[in-house]
Amino acid sequence: MPYQVGSFAVGNRLLAPELRTGQADPHRANAITSGHRACQGCGEALGARYVVDAAIRAASGNLIAANATGCLEVFSTPYPESSWQLPWLHSLFGNAPAVATGIAAALKAKGREDVRVLGQGGDGGTVDIGFACLSGMFERNDDVLYVCYDNEGYMNTGVQRSGATPPAARTATTEAAGDHPGNVFGQGKSAPLIALAHEIPYMATATIADLHDLEAKVVRAMGMRGARYLHVLVTCPLGWGAAACDSVAIARLATQSGLFPVFEGTRGDVTAVTKIRHRVPVEAYLKPQRRFRHLFEPEPRADVIAAIQARADRTIDRFGL
Amino acid sequence: MPSQIEGSRAVAETVALCRPEVIGAYPISPQTHIVERLSTLVKMGALQRCEYINVESEFAAMSVCIGASATGARTYTATASQGLLYMSEAVFNASGLGLPIVMTVANRAIGAPINIWNDHSDAMSQRDSGWIQLFVESNQEALDVHVQAFRLAEALSLPVMVCMDGFVLTHAVERVELPTQEQVDAFLPPFVSRQVLDPAHPITIGAMVGPEAFMEVRYLMHAKQRAALQAIPRIAGEFAAAFGRDSGGLVRGYRAEDAETVVVALGSVLGTLEDVIDELRDAGHSVGALAIRTFRPWPREAVRDALAHAQRVIVLEKAFAVGAGGIVGQNTRLALEGLGIEVRDVIAGLGGRPIMAASLRRLLTEPELPSLSFLDLDEALVARELARDSGPHAENMLRDLAGRT
Repeated sequence: MPYQVGSFAVGNRLLAPELRTGQADPHRANAITSGHRACQGCGEALGARYVVDAAIRAASGNLIAANATGCLEVFSTPYPESSWQLPWLHSLFGNAPAVATGIAAALKAKGREDVRVLGQGGDGGTVDIGFACLSGMFERNDDVLYVCYDNEGYMNTGVQRSGATPPAARTATTEAAGDHPGNVFGQGKSAPLIALAHEIPYMATATIADLHDLEAKVVRAMGMRGARYLHVLVTCPLGWGAAACDSVAIARLATQSGLFPVFEGTRGDVTAVTKIRHRVPVEAYLKPQRRFRHLFEPEPRADVIAAIQARADRTIDRFGL
Repeated sequence: MPSQIEGSRAVAETVALCRPEVIGAYPISPQTHIVERLSTLVKMGALQRCEYINVESEFAAMSVCIGASATGARTYTATASQGLLYMSEAVFNASGLGLPIVMTVANRAIGAPINIWNDHSDAMSQRDSGWIQLFVESNQEALDVHVQAFRLAEALSLPVMVCMDGFVLTHAVERVELPTQEQVDAFLPPFVSRQVLDPAHPITIGAMVGPEAFMEVRYLMHAKQRAALQAIPRIAGEFAAAFGRDSGGLVRGYRAEDAETVVVALGSVLGTLEDVIDELRDAGHSVGALAIRTFRPWPREAVRDALAHAQRVIVLEKAFAVGAGGIVGQNTRLALEGLGIEVRDVIAGLGGRPIMAASLRRLLTEPELPSLSFLDLDEALVARELARDSGPHAENMLRDLAGRT
């Protein structure tokens, strides 16, 4: 199969029409329409556009979204401007999964189960402050597809550490200072694995480096009922200190280094993994990001880089990447 | 039909007659029996076309109601005490979004120290949340006001809190007249939302509002609450015409028209208070009572009219603003501004302390009251602990109390 320079991602124009992305369709919903205030190179805006349009298409246009407070909410609704071309509700930072449950319950009570529900939030709203609501929505198996756009920190409030921030990363609350610069090793959680442990019908991880895969997973999730979870790694040029033009490349390096495993699961079991085709050392991923600069200068921190490499190796072994 | 049943169960049966479509349920004493009964009614099929969601917290309960209400469903939840505080962020959000959710608050104290018994600290903590707050005196009124609450909420697109005393009412078995389904259906039309999440007509709800319009949006909530001052008595009047019972409304006087001393109070304590007033009237004392049935919006004019002739007003309240004094008292002073009427705050019944008839009798016949006092306060117990400089206060005081006997 043909591929573009530097990746195995396939350009739409080289594909048969039925294999092209939803975004290649001129009649796509375009549910997050242009003019929003996301930063240049925002991975979340890119990921959300693919997710929402794919979900709308799968639902034949009948989709309602509940959104947590965060970048996605703020950059899309400087009212009276709204980017959302679908019915969209923002309530609070920590309750988007429960609000989505309420929407689904109302639709069920009214016999409108043809209308589907999408919940979405960033990693802070999902894996930290909204985690109890997310877990409750999972264990009740409420009919919601919840998507976490994980940019590994509280970017909307100015880049602070979240439970999804990786070890050694500099944030405003884990500064590159002291003997152990950046975020602490041995902390943080894997929301995808915790989601899997709820034995929900479907969970998957994805990145903005493989948008075909992301769309396919949305379509697969929308083909099912009950609680479904998608955890999408999205680059944040501001918070990660990377060039806007490198957003997709850096997301790809996250998977190629083994630091971000791309996998799917059903009812508690991992059912598929995306194998790494070109494995790269973690330095390749860390180096283009200013949040890891303290690992390379003024003194190289080979010890810390080795610890990060060990994490990547373990993830590769564990998932069979 | 007349029934001899527990207050919580009577509320649940009545809420079911109001045909809620989504119920977010989380247990907390003394509210639990309400959601338990509703669960059974849904399971048995007595309440149909209703989704009953067992959530993981009160914060989620209110959040489920927010999502469901914005999707056009009639929604209900119930809570108390710590649960109300835990959902507080969503409580403010529901009113800010203008969602007509109805919630029962089975009034209970707030810890620490942890205490499950009745006072009004929970509801009073949310007095500025933008919710309409209705207080009931009896289980009959609790039923009646729930039916009115859905009408009111949906007419104004504002959430309504029905406050009933925990245990004193929720767990009391007494005779009530349960409405019939036909009566409730005739009084309460199906919910038609002014804002609904509908793919056929996509709208954005919950956008960020900056300094250019935030004041106006918040003021709008105030304007709607002021409009509720007309809607509440109108709906109570329609209820009285349909059901033949006087329930709800703004305020209710009891032998207050010609009384020199009028006691302002909320909730079930009115029962004991009215007995004491009857006794004192027989003994020649000029006393009466004013029940505050609507606390938010504050019925300033109705309170002023009802108290304008009084020489002295005693505000008996089961909560207080620590470091300041009475909460209802402050509002009452606002209502009586410029009339030169003496207002005395009396804090009573905190954490389930019984408000005894003898104490009320003493209070009402006391010629001189300080601006703020605490009914039946054990001052020696407090003084002893104030003199200490170590150890946890509550545990020290309980030990002292045990040592007395």
